[in-house]
Parts: sequence; structure tokens; C-alpha cells
Amino acid sequence: MTEEIAGDQKVMGRFRVNGDEHHVAYAPHKTLLEVLREDLDLPGTKHGCELGECGACAVLVDGVPTLSCLLLGLEATEREVLTVEGLADDARLHPLQAAFADLGGSQCGYCTPGVLVTAKALLDETPKPTREQIQEALAGNLCRCTGYLQIFEAVEAAAEECAP
Amino acid sequence: MSEPELNTKDATPSSTPDDLNKAAFEVIGQPRRRVDGRSKVLGQTPFADDLKLPRMLHMRLLRSPYPHARIRGIDTSRAERADGVKLVLTGADLPIPYGILPVSQDEHPLCPDVVRFVGDPVAAVVADTEEQAQAALRSIEVDYEVLTTIASAEEALEVHEPQIHRYAQSGNIHKRVALEFGDVPEALDGADHVFEDVFFYQGNTHLPIEQHASLAALDPDGKLAIWSSTQTPHYLHKALAKALEFPAHKIRVIACPNGGGFGGKSDPFNHEVVACKAALVLGRPVKVCLNREEVFYCHRGRHPVLMRFRTGVKQDGTIVGMDLETLLDGGAYGSYGVASTFYTGALQTVTYEIPRYRFRAARAFTNKPPCGPKRGHGTVQPRFGQEIQLDKIAVALGKDPAELRLQQLVKDDSLTANYLSISKIGLRQCIEKVVEGSDWKRRWGKLPEGRGLGLACSSYLSGAGLPIYWNKMPHSGVQLRIDRMGAVTAFCGATEIGQGSDDVLAGCVAEVLGLDPHDIHLRTGATDITPIDLGSYSSRVTLMMGNAAIEAAERARSTIAAAVAEKLSVPKGRLVFAERRVFDSADPEQGMSFQEAVILAEAKFGTLGSVGSYTPPVSPARFKGGGVGPSPTYSYSAAVVEVEVDPLTGWLHVHKVWIGHDIGRALNPVLVRGQVEGSVYMGLGEGLMEEQTFRRLPPKLSHAAVHKFPSLLEYKSPTALDMPEVVTYLIEEPDPRGPFGAKEVGQGPLLPIMPAIANAVFDAVGVRVDETPISPEKILAALDLKAKGKPARTGPKGFPTIEWPEPFKVAPPWEGGDGRADDDPKAQRRAISEVRS
Repeated sequence: MTEEIAGDQKVMGRFRVNGDEHHVAYAPHKTLLEVLREDLDLPGTKHGCELGECGACAVLVDGVPTLSCLLLGLEATEREVLTVEGLADDARLHPLQAAFADLGGSQCGYCTPGVLVTAKALLDETPKPTREQIQEALAGNLCRCTGYLQIFEAVEAAAEECAP
Repeated sequence: MSEPELNTKDATPSSTPDDLNKAAFEVIGQPRRRVDGRSKVLGQTPFADDLKLPRMLHMRLLRSPYPHARIRGIDTSRAERADGVKLVLTGADLPIPYGILPVSQDEHPLCPDVVRFVGDPVAAVVADTEEQAQAALRSIEVDYEVLTTIASAEEALEVHEPQIHRYAQSGNIHKRVALEFGDVPEALDGADHVFEDVFFYQGNTHLPIEQHASLAALDPDGKLAIWSSTQTPHYLHKALAKALEFPAHKIRVIACPNGGGFGGKSDPFNHEVVACKAALVLGRPVKVCLNREEVFYCHRGRHPVLMRFRTGVKQDGTIVGMDLETLLDGGAYGSYGVASTFYTGALQTVTYEIPRYRFRAARAFTNKPPCGPKRGHGTVQPRFGQEIQLDKIAVALGKDPAELRLQQLVKDDSLTANYLSISKIGLRQCIEKVVEGSDWKRRWGKLPEGRGLGLACSSYLSGAGLPIYWNKMPHSGVQLRIDRMGAVTAFCGATEIGQGSDDVLAGCVAEVLGLDPHDIHLRTGATDITPIDLGSYSSRVTLMMGNAAIEAAERARSTIAAAVAEKLSVPKGRLVFAERRVFDSADPEQGMSFQEAVILAEAKFGTLGSVGSYTPPVSPARFKGGGVGPSPTYSYSAAVVEVEVDPLTGWLHVHKVWIGHDIGRALNPVLVRGQVEGSVYMGLGEGLMEEQTFRRLPPKLSHAAVHKFPSLLEYKSPTALDMPEVVTYLIEEPDPRGPFGAKEVGQGPLLPIMPAIANAVFDAVGVRVDETPISPEKILAALDLKAKGKPARTGPKGFPTIEWPEPFKVAPPWEGGDGRADDDPKAQRRAISEVRS
């Protein structure tokens, strides 16, 4: 099913984002980042370069940290996408979110959505990461504010909190 | 590991008011979640590009592919007919120039006749979609007449024509300044040793992860609105009114929270003015978001600076005089450049006593993106040179570099040779902490080959003492509204750029009124509803807005207390505001909730509100050029950096950093530590890898000066893997001029890092790298020279001959000076009248 809008071909697609089903018309040349921000009204995911260099646009696709600026929306249909908007349990912050807010893990907050979902993927895989594993996992997420140290500490504190 | 060690030493009661006693605070000094923390981790902070309005259009800018060219003609007819295009604008539509400083109104929203760097905008297209606007740009035909490119400051000294700007002081030298405080040649002649060193500090850029974005709209009532990623909404407001010839009182500028600023969003930008123009013409909202390459063209980053220090010392290393020359590569426009030029010499005197000081500086125009203010604005480059030179002096005289510094620190409550007023100086404690933490005395000069320690210090303003345009009004204003619901809203024009300005505002108000910071509603950075604050630059917000907030809150407290005192029949002075209550300090049970207190006050006095404002003290510097450098107070930092150098590859690894910062008072220690570590991080980037450099294309390919790496991948910045361990010491000696004693922290701790790295490299392998970035190939080159028995140094060869103007001569305070230049007509008249009397 397609329709012509202002010379721009749109297609219909099914997206599963943060547990919600979306059936939307979108331009098939759009990246997942653009579909999220422009068509699904989820502006929490940020852009810093649109070239896969900064990590600000990271989301989880089927649980794997993925740069949404390098993935076409087309490639993400029918897959499980998690963005920063899906981290909290209703109004309750995810332990990573609470730790970042409390411990200075977020200053300007622009890289934060990408860092948070990347850190979540790390903790899902490695509940008790070492400092080196955290550094490795976040090496693709540039942050210009914090100097990273309070980010590492927030991830460690959240890991402690999540531990059974 | 990186926990801050808080020095909780309280100030002596004689020097600070009782209310600076730390024990008295409930909010201030407590580590806590910042008030905007929840919004940031939820991804709900509304950055400019997150905003949408109905009927919104999109704008793209066409940028010059030439570094210097005359526009002979521009044909937009095809673009105007392209799909979805609503409007095409060129320089002819926006003829009025603007600029951040009154003395350099040299920018046009779109270049009308000349382009001055690759990336200078010449046309704008507004269309239904960003893709359509971008596609239409390609059909605009510009006829350029290519002009000679001036690619460096040295070239600018040689090439007088073509002039990049007609208003330059001479040829392509934008501005030359010369100031002399006491007879410096005489001081150097009388010195036991004179050290002469030349340094080069490479340009680099802010690299905020958020790309600049703006959304402009014509409000339904005919007013103009812009939401923008700006650090300076008030200055943008002024520039818009001028460039658009639109009444200032009908413009509202809303500074969105910035996704990082670091000084890079402090100028009014062409894309902001053009988006507003398009919104005015079309009557529809217009959005523009720069791509990463364009952010590199906006720039306004660190000036590349070549500098020569001639420093005279006694046999024991005590400085007797300093002669500093700097040459700044300013890029294509004025920006903050005149201020930057003065800043390359303003703060040399605030750390160590320098009895006589001469400073001469020149800023060149070149065909590159304009330089401006980046974290540490103009003071970073000469601090790099000064701190390395001190290390060289210490080594030459056989002294410990830490001791050399400690023996000549500036004193509390003093004036410097150039009339900067020092309040409290905590540099001694900073040095002592990092020396102790790093085991300096046992390890410096004694580590195995390849391993080294380096020490450096610095200082920075807690806010510029003068505004950017001359006026006598407050620099910051805070307004409070308080109502019967017990709700307090604080209004201030300050801009949240990640540094925590909202948290400072809420924290100061909450402390005075006995509330929780998260109770306070905040409205900030919106010029139609918030009192003016000059912006988030020069590390001014905590001190200036904080003082204004305290004044506003104290006035509100006084009003509420009057009503409560009457009701409880206790003296007003006995009332305490704490834990959301107002009560009698003599009988804490005797009291009421904050809301009940407000209801009493609202019933007694009517609708409640209060205002507070802050104006910095008048500077004793009364000579021309004395407006750059004064600040209400200065922060101090000292750092020790430990490095390992691989002599085979030159590879440099930073193992650990110890940093002490004189914060006066940490209002929220979590945020303060974040600013210190963020500064250390950015300093490591500048010291080790970051550079904004250009290359010339071959002559057959236009010979243009193009940016070497306008992308986040190729412009190297430190990642999570590169960050070493950092030990932070916060020195808390409350400064009576700061809010609850606080000084700045956002910029100062960056400054000692680069020279400390250079000094550590010397300690590790015995070579000097006198320029940034301190890259492996430079270390290797110096090691090769060392192996050949030549001077083991990489750095600039010399300093060019510059025709300096005769300096303004100002006698230092200890030589009978009064802050005026000798040839100041007022001073001469006064001297004459003194002779007559």
C-alpha cells in the first residue's frame, strides 16, 4: 500500500517500539532514526552526525545496540526496537536512569539516551560488568560534558541495584 | 577511585559572614540529583530540534565552496520553481550586518558581496521538507570571482591586499593591542636570568554533540519568536532586532536547553537570523538544523595562537617581569575576537606575583571559519606557555616546580599589576593537595625513563566583570512568584547548557526559603518572561545569577517572615525557614508550614513576588583595554598528570590525573565534580589530539583552504576508553563575593591539563613539546633531536616581527599607579592640578 505525498513515495510499515505496535506511512529512504523522530513522535533518540560516528542515536534492535542513523526504517520493521522512551517502568525510572540522574551521569543530556540504552544492553548481557567492560561497551558513545567517569559510576551503581 | 575528597575547612569567621558556615545549610553543599536530571534521563529535555509546530517548513543554507571570493551574480530562479520550495533568500534580502561585539558588526546573515571562508552562507531555501530544500540548493547558480586566500596569521602579516575586511586596523590585521604595567625592559635588564620561549597552541573546536538548531515563527499576534540552541538569548535578541529591523520589544527568544555549548553557541548565528526572516516573510514556522559539517563551519572555537614569553627571574626563580607577545589566527570574522585578543594577556598576573608586565597582541583575519570563545576563552593558550616556561625555569634553576610556584603566589585581597582585584585565592591548597596525592616530592624527576609527572596551575574568571555592550544595568536578574498553593516559581534569563544553571537557581532559592530544590518551578532563558541574564558564558552564571537569586529569595523571605512574626508574636529575626516550614528558632514547635506562611503573607500584603539582581563591582582598571579580565572573583586549579611515553613510537598514555580546584563553595558537589572532570577530559582532548586544521587544495583545484576533518570520526576526541583515572580535590574556602561563597568551576579546571601533560612528557623522556596537540610524531621528532645531541624540542621556530603600537603605560599599584594609563587625558589633567596645588 503506497500513496503519493508531495512527490515523496511513502510506504506503510509496522514498527514495534517500546512494546507498542505502530502502523505508519513513512518514506522508505528514511533511516530508523528519522522514522522514530519524525513519524513515530519519539524525539528522545538524538542525532549528532547522522554518519554513525557519535552514538547519540543508539537504540536497541532485538536487544542489540544499533545506530539508528545507519539503519533504514525498512530494515527495522517487524523487529523489537527499544528507545529511551521505553526504559522506564511506567512512571518509575529504570535503575540506570535513576543512577544517571543522581550521580551526574547526565549533564547536557544529549548523549544520554544513546548511552542509557547501550548500557542497558551491557547489563542485560553482563549483569556485573567490570570498569573495562563498561568502557568498552560505551566506547562508541561520545560525551563531551562528563569526562565519562560519572557515567561509569552510574552504570556500576545501577548494576548493583539490578543485582538479585 | 574518583571520589572527591572534600576539604571542609571553613573560612575564618573574621573573613566571611556567619551564614557561610557550612553546617547552616540544608541544600547547599549536599550531593543531590539535579533538578532537571529526571527529564534528561527520560529523553524528555526539549532540545531545539525536538520541537515541531503546525505548518512548519524547513530551511537549508547554500554555502560557499571558496575560501575567499567576490559574488558577481547569483541566480535563484530554478530553485524558486523547484518542488516544495516556498522561499529563496539571498544577501540582498538581509543587508544589515550584525555581530556579537559592538566593535565588529561584520557578519551578514547571507553574504551579499564577498564570501570569506569555505562554508560562508550565500543563500537559503525554505521548503516543505528538508530534502526538498537541500535539492533546491543545487539549482542555485552563483558566479564567484576567486580572490587570494589568506590561510594563516603569518600570511596575514605579509599579505595586505586583498583585505578580508575593510575595517581591519591595517591590512589583514584585525586588531593590535599593547599594554605595559611598569618598565618591563628595565625589569628584564635587572633580572638574574631571562627566559625566552616561543609556543604554539593549535586551534580546536567545541564539538557539542547537539548540532545547532533553531525554530522561528511569527506568533499569531504578529510578534516574532525563536527557539534556539543558544547560550546567549539576550545577545541573540539584540542581534535579531538589528539585522531584521524588527522592534526589539516584539521579539521573544527562547533558549532551549543546549546539548552542549562550551562557548560554541554564544554568538548570534546567521542561520538564526535567516530562519527568523523566512518566518516573517512566510508567516509560517521555519526550522533549521545544521549538519555536522556545518557545525564545524560555525566554529567560534579556540584561536590558534603563537606566543613569545620573555620572563625575568631572580636566582631563586622569583619573577621580576614578564613580556608577552601573542599572535591570534582569528578566522574570517570578528566574533568575540577583540575580547579573545585581550584575554590572551589578561590573566597571566592572577596566579603568581608579576611586578612588571608588558603584553602585546595581534589578531589576524584569515579565510577560515571564525574563531571565538571556547571554554577558557583566550586564556588557555598563554596559560599553556606560561606553565611550561615555569617548568623550564624550575629545571634550569634546580628547583622543584611546585615550590617555585608556591613561593610567589598572589595574595588574598590584592591587586595585580594590571589592576585585577583578587578576592580569595585557594591555589596554595590546590597545589598542596595534588602534590600530596601524586606523591610528587618522592616521584617527580625520579620515575623510570618513559614515565613522568607534570604539574601546572591556572585561574579563571567567575564571570566577566563587564557586559559585551556598555551599560550600567544588572548582569543578571531573578524574579520569584509565590502563591497561596505554597508554589514558588523562579524566573531567570540564564541558559541551561548542561552545566547545571537551573539547579543553581533552584538550589539558591530553596536554601533561602527552606524548601527542596525540586519544589521550585523554573522558567529560564525566555526573553519574554524572564528577567535578563547576559548568558551562559565566561563562567558567570553561578556567581551572578546565584547572587541575584539569593537577593530575590531573601526579599521574599522577609515579606513572608513579617506576616508570620505578627501571627506568632515573635521577632522576625528569630524565624527560621527550613524543611518546608517557618518556625521560631527558640521554640521550633511554634510555627507553620511554608504554605500556611505564604497564605498569611498573601492575605496581609496582596499578591507576592520579589526580584533580585546582580551587578559586578566596578573594576579599578580604568585604562583602555582594562575592561577584559576583571571579574568578581577568580577560581584556581592545580593539576598533576602522570604519563607514560613509548620512546620507540612516541606514543603517549595518560595514566592518572590529580586535580585540585578552588571552588569557594560547592553548591552541589555532584555537579561540581562533573564540571571538573569534564574540564579535565576536554583538556586531555586538546592536549593530546584535537585540532581544527586546514589544508590547501592544489592550485588547479581552486587552491582553497579546506577543513581537514569536518566530521566526528576524523576530528579525534577522547572516548570512554581514553579517559584515565581522575582524583578530584575540591578546595572549599568560601569567597564572600560568591553566592554562599561559590566560585566558578565550568572552565578553570581545563587550563592546567595541557601544560601539565607537556611537563610530564619532559619528566618522562626529557623532551619538550611546545605546541598542541602533543602528538606521538612530535614527541618522536624531539626524541630524534635528543639522540642527535640537538636541543630536544618540538615547537614553533620563532615569533614574527610585528609592528607594535606604543603601549598604553599604566603604573602598577605598587609604583604609585591609580589604574589609569599615563597618557590618559584625565590622569594628565589631574597630575597638572596636583602640581598646581
